[in-house]
Amino acid sequence: MSTGSSAFTPQPSDDTSATRQFATFSLDRYYFGVEVLMVQEVIRYQDMTRVPLAPGVVQGLINLRGQIVTAVDLRRRLGLPDRAEGVQPMNVVVRTSDGVVSLLVDEIGDVVETAHADFERAPETISGAARELVTGVYKLKDRLLLALDVERSTALDGEERRN
Amino acid sequence: MAELDDVVKEFLVESYENLDALDRALVELEQAPDDKENLASIFRTIHTIKGTCGFLGFSKLESISHVGESLLSRMRDGKLRLNAEIATGLLAMVDAVRNILTNIERTAAEGDDDYTSLVATLNRLNVSDTAAAPAPSMAAPMADVIPPAPVLVAPAAPPQLHVVEAAARPVEDAAAEERQVPAERRTGDDRRAPVNDASLRVDVGLLDKLMNLVGELVLARNQILQFTGSQADPAFSSATQRLNLVTSELQEGVMKTRMQPIDNVWSKFPRVVRDLATTCRKQVRLEMIGKDTELDKTIIEAIKDPLTHIVRNSVDHGIETPEARIARGKPGEGVLRLKAFHEGGQINIEIADDGSGIDPEKIRRKAVDRQLVTAEQAARMSDPEVLRMIFLPGFSTAEKITNVSGRGVGMDVVKTNIEKIGGTVDIQSVSGEGTTLKIRIPLTLAIIPALMVSTGGEMFAIPQVSLLELVRLEGEQLRTGIEHIGGAAFHRLRGNLLPLVLLHKELRLESVGEHDIVNIVVLKADDRQFGLVVDAVNDTEEIVVKPLGRLLKSVVVFAGATIMGDGHVALILDVTRLAQQANVLGQADDRRTQKLTDTAKGQGGDEETWLLFRANGTERMAIPLRLVARLEEFPSTVIESSGGQDVVQYRGEIMPLISLGRFFGGDGSTETEPRQVIVFTDRGRSVGLVVDQILDVVNEAATARRSSSRSGTVGSAVIQHLVTDLIDVQAILREVVGEDADIRAAA
Repeated sequence: MSTGSSAFTPQPSDDTSATRQFATFSLDRYYFGVEVLMVQEVIRYQDMTRVPLAPGVVQGLINLRGQIVTAVDLRRRLGLPDRAEGVQPMNVVVRTSDGVVSLLVDEIGDVVETAHADFERAPETISGAARELVTGVYKLKDRLLLALDVERSTALDGEERRN
Repeated sequence: MAELDDVVKEFLVESYENLDALDRALVELEQAPDDKENLASIFRTIHTIKGTCGFLGFSKLESISHVGESLLSRMRDGKLRLNAEIATGLLAMVDAVRNILTNIERTAAEGDDDYTSLVATLNRLNVSDTAAAPAPSMAAPMADVIPPAPVLVAPAAPPQLHVVEAAARPVEDAAAEERQVPAERRTGDDRRAPVNDASLRVDVGLLDKLMNLVGELVLARNQILQFTGSQADPAFSSATQRLNLVTSELQEGVMKTRMQPIDNVWSKFPRVVRDLATTCRKQVRLEMIGKDTELDKTIIEAIKDPLTHIVRNSVDHGIETPEARIARGKPGEGVLRLKAFHEGGQINIEIADDGSGIDPEKIRRKAVDRQLVTAEQAARMSDPEVLRMIFLPGFSTAEKITNVSGRGVGMDVVKTNIEKIGGTVDIQSVSGEGTTLKIRIPLTLAIIPALMVSTGGEMFAIPQVSLLELVRLEGEQLRTGIEHIGGAAFHRLRGNLLPLVLLHKELRLESVGEHDIVNIVVLKADDRQFGLVVDAVNDTEEIVVKPLGRLLKSVVVFAGATIMGDGHVALILDVTRLAQQANVLGQADDRRTQKLTDTAKGQGGDEETWLLFRANGTERMAIPLRLVARLEEFPSTVIESSGGQDVVQYRGEIMPLISLGRFFGGDGSTETEPRQVIVFTDRGRSVGLVVDQILDVVNEAATARRSSSRSGTVGSAVIQHLVTDLIDVQAILREVVGEDADIRAAA
C-alpha cells in the first residue's frame, strides 16, 4: 500500500494524529526521508566494485559483512546533477523486497517524527524522475521532507513494481 | 483454518514420502506379485495413512484409503492376486490420495473432487475374482463414515479408529483386522524406531541459512588468512590455522547435509514409465544405475522437470512399439537406462534408450522448413550439429513434430533449465539404435572453483566448468598468432580457428594489460570454443556464488558475484551469455569454430581429448583429459616427504606426488623447475603425477595399437603422427599409492 493514499480520503481523526519516523538525508538541495523501519543501517562511504554495462544509477557493489549489496546513486536515480568531484557519499542501507540495497546520499540528517496531518501529495514543482519516486511530502516546520518510495527507487524504470 | 496444525503438517510430510514410496512399491509388486514383504509394506503404508486421516478427521481420504486397504488386505491374505487392472486401480487410488493431500495443504480442506467412481472401481476389483458378497454394500457405509469427534481424539485414538473400521466392515473381516492391525502397527513402529533415533527432520530453510552462513565464514576465513602473512605472532597464526581447518570441515559438513541421492528424483520414474508405456502400448524396462549418487538439494529440485521430460520423451517417442521393435530385430521390450555418476567434480547423468533414434535427415528437413537454417547450411552441417538443433527454441513449438523427429518437444526448455544451474546437455543418437542424452551438472551451486582473471583493473571470476585451457602469446607468437577475418580476431589453436573475444571491449573497460603479451582463456560454451582475451590471469579459487540484485538483472553477462579473500567483490562471468553477446555462438549458421581440417571425424574409433606430455626425458605420453582434474606447478621447495612418499600440501590436504620419470625407471632428473604436476581427483582426494613437460591437448581417435607389457601403460598409439604411450593412471596409482585409487576410466 502506498503510504500516502489515506491522506487524500477523509479519515477519522485518530488517523491524522498517527506519526511516522523518517530517517532523513540530503540530496542536492532536497531533503529526503525513508521510513525508519526500512533502514537497516547507515554507513560511511565504502570501496566498491563497479559493474561494467550496468545501468548508470548502479554505482557498484559493496561487501557488507559478507553480503553483496548493490549501491544505487540516488542523485542519478532522481535525475539530479552528479556530486562534485571528491565528495564521498554516505550509504543508507535499506531493506527491499529484493533484499538489501544501499542508497548513496549526500549527508545524513536526524530521525524526524512526522504527523499524517502534515502529509501532502508531491507538489508539481518537483521535476521528472523525482516526482515518480516520492510518495509525498511532509510539511515540517522549517522545510519540506520528501518521502522516498524505496521500492520504486531500487527498481529500474519499466520494471513491475512489487508491493 | 488457513494455518495448518503442526500435526497436520507432519501428517502431510510423512504421507507424501509414503506415497512416493508407494508408487515405486506398487510398480515393483506388479513385476513380482508374490513378494509378500513388499505387499505387507504397501498395506502398512496405506493403513498408516488411513489411520492418521481418520484421527485428523479427513473422512474422504479415509474412505478412499479404506477401500484400497481392504483390497490390499485380501491380496495379503492370498485371496486375490495382483494383476494389471488392480495395479492401475491402486495407483489411481494413490493419485487420489495425493490429490486430496494437496488440497489439504492448500486449503486445509479435502476439496470437492468426487471419488465415488474410484471407490466403486476398487470395490468391484475387490470382489471380481471371488464371489465374496459383502463388498458391494461396503461403499455405502463407508461414504458415511463420521469423523471421530475431536474431543475423543487425542488419547483414545487407536481404539477409536478400530471402531470406525469395524463399523465399516463386514463382521468377520473386522475381527481379523482387530487381531492383525495392532501387530502390524508394532512391527511398523519397531522398524522406524532406529531411524528416528539417528536422524531428524530439519527445515530446508534452516539448512539454506546455514549454508549461507558457512559461505560467509569461508570468506571471513580467507580474509583472516591473508592477514596472517603480515603477522609474526605464532599464537595468532596457530589460531588461524585451526580456524582454517575447522572452517573447511564445517563447510564440508554443511554441504553434506544438503546432499541427497538422485533417487529422490528417480524414484518416481518407474511409475511414470509404467503409465506411459501402458498408454502407448509399449514394453519398457527401466534400468537405473547409480541411484545413490548424491547432489545438492537445489540441483535435485532443478533437474526434476528436465529429467522427467526426457524420460517421457524417451518412452513416448524414442522406444518403438513391440511389433516395430521385433520387425527391426530388436527384443520387444525396450530398455531405458538412467545412469548417474561423479566425474571431475561434476555429476553426469545419462538417459539412454535403445529406441528408434533420431534421423538427422528428418531434422535437417524440419529445420529448413522452419527456416531455422537454409537448405545449403543444413547440408553442410555435420550430423552431431544437426542433432543439437533440437535444442533450438524454434524447434519445439511444432504440434506434430514428435512423430517426425522422434523427439524435440520442449527440448529447448530442458536445455535452458539445465544451463541455468551451470550444467550442459548433449545428445547422441544413432538412427534405428537409440538415443543418449548426457547431462553434466555441478555438484553444488553454492561454492564453485573458478579462475580469477583481471581486465581493466577489475577482477572477474570464470567458473572452472567452462574452462578448457590457457594460452599465452608473447613476442614472435603474438605477431603470427592472431589473425583477422573481417572485423573478427582469431587465434589458430592446433589447426582450429578460435574466435577471440576481448573482455575489455565486451565490458567497455580500458585494457591495462601489457602490450607485448596476450592472455587467452580458452572457454567452451554450447560446445563451441572461444578465446577470451584478458589483461592478466590470476589464481584459481573456491568462490561462494552470490546472486545479483534486480537492478543488475539487465546485465546478463554476469552470473553473480563473489567476495574475494581481500574483501573485495568480484563479478562472475556468465560464459555462455558473454559468448552470445560477442556473437561467437550466434546462430546455427555460425561456422567459425568448425575445424579447418575435418579429418579426424568419420574415422573409426571414438574421438577422445588427450593430454600430451613428456616424461622420463624424451618419452611422449598421453592420458585422456577427462581423467585430469587440474594441472599445477609446484616449486621443488614445497615438496615434502612422508613415509618415503613425496607429498605436497594442496588445497588443505596432503597430496601424494608420483614421479612418472622414476616410475618408468629414470631418476627424475629431467623434471623441470617448478615441477609440472597433473592432478587427479577421486572423491575429494587428490593425487599428483609429476611429468617433465606438458605438451598439448589434442582431439584424436587414438586406439592402442601395440599392447604393451610395460606396466603403467595400456599400450602405444599414434597421436599427432608420433608414437605415444597411453598411460594407465589406475595401474600407476595402485602400484605406487598401494590402494585402489578408483579413478574411474568409464566415460
